[in-house]
Amino acid sequence: MDKTLVIPGDFLSDDAKLADEGTYVENGKVFSSVFGIASFKNRIRVAPLSGKYIPKPGDLIVGVIKEITFSNWIVDIRSPYEGLLHISEYPKRIESQDMPRYLNIGDSILTLVKDVDANMKVELTLSDQRLRPIKEGRVIEVTPSKVPRFIGRGGSMIAMLKNETGCSIFIGQNGRIWITGKDKGMDLAARAILKIERETHISGLTDRITRFLKEEKGEGEKEPERETKGEEEKIEEREGPQPVEGEKAEERKSGGILDELLGND
Amino acid sequence: MNRPEKLIEGDIRLDGRRPDELRPIKIKVGALNRADGSCYLELGGNKVMAAVYGPREVHPRHMAKSTSAVVRYRYSMASFSVEERKRPGPDRRSIEVSKVSREALEPVIFEEYFPRSAIDIFVEVLQADAGTRTAGINAASIALADAGIPMKSLVSSCAVGKVDDTLVLDLNKDEDNYGQADMPVAMTPDGNITLLQMDGHLTRDEFREALEMAKGACTTIYELQRAALVEKYSSQMEGGDVIE
Repeated sequence: MDKTLVIPGDFLSDDAKLADEGTYVENGKVFSSVFGIASFKNRIRVAPLSGKYIPKPGDLIVGVIKEITFSNWIVDIRSPYEGLLHISEYPKRIESQDMPRYLNIGDSILTLVKDVDANMKVELTLSDQRLRPIKEGRVIEVTPSKVPRFIGRGGSMIAMLKNETGCSIFIGQNGRIWITGKDKGMDLAARAILKIERETHISGLTDRITRFLKEEKGEGEKEPERETKGEEEKIEEREGPQPVEGEKAEERKSGGILDELLGND
Repeated sequence: MNRPEKLIEGDIRLDGRRPDELRPIKIKVGALNRADGSCYLELGGNKVMAAVYGPREVHPRHMAKSTSAVVRYRYSMASFSVEERKRPGPDRRSIEVSKVSREALEPVIFEEYFPRSAIDIFVEVLQADAGTRTAGINAASIALADAGIPMKSLVSSCAVGKVDDTLVLDLNKDEDNYGQADMPVAMTPDGNITLLQMDGHLTRDEFREALEMAKGACTTIYELQRAALVEKYSSQMEGGDVIE
């Protein structure tokens, strides 16, 4: 596939109709507006190699409560703009004075960008089946522009990560990744994620990460520590039936964990 | 230091360069981990570090613009960057340099993509040897690209001047101090000038010729900037292909 590294101002095409994200048009010609990887499949777009998360309606993200006002939680969404979660967007009706009991400062939430207006006022919501406070697991931060690489083509990367580590993994569009599962699996997933972060621009990523995970797990088993081995086996057990059904099985399993969380509320 | 008797002898300058020759340039992209984008640049005896943060929240709040990002550029010389200790902090000169450098970069930044946010550019001069503002602009434009900020193009910058009645590129300290004119220029690769200052005197013809020289030099610098950016990733990309 046609992929090249481009810098701002690089000429990409004479056909202005093909211009997509990461480009600009001047005098009917398409130029790159960012430093990144240009792809010429169907439309011309440039995926930046770095940059901040800019919220768009419909994005599923991981936010951290940073302030509580009379009727809003102010949420850090790893962006130049703060997210506003109105009290009425909480799944159930709560009183203003009870807000910290449900979501306090420092709590993480899996949330949806409901709307972004021209002034970059970002409205969030929690009233959706998929959304909830995050009460267990870990959150890892990665470069937001690299999020598509973590998901992989047709979800191949994330499916593989879930399979190999036995963890439930949620990737927020803002570059926050939420992992839940056994400690050992989470460690492995975290290391794999950091490896992806470092090597996103190198081709053959999924294969390399698969190999990395297999090797890491292989070594883990050889370790003489009793505790380690026990844990490793548990992960293997959990993995046993999954590869057959692939991602769907994983989805169901992560849904299960999420439902448990909801039950805790 | 006293004025050397001759700044240019035959066709050779004090530091051995020809009149249309630049000083050696060394560029390292992504030299800082904390910053969103960064660049370390050496231009002869100049050593500058540029760091870019943003787009990020604007503090103080009232500075925010509702339809575009604010670009802030802080040029600062380290106290040890010159022979005589420079009193730290902003002074008349560095405020001016900050302003013109910001205005040299603003035309290429798509500010309107990030309303109510700030893009902060910091340029720290670690060692000064004439031409720090041009070195700073060159480094800052690379750091902006490294930070993933949308831009129309990079900006390249270079100074031209006149010493001993000869037009010379990229003045060094002596030429700057004792020359007849100094003219820093910044421009985009397609030749749009975003910075043009001058002190001293040039005739109209000399000015035109000087500008042409600066254009040529900026093209050379642009290629070096591009190579530095590409190098940050391409060496690794090729490495990956070998594994395949």
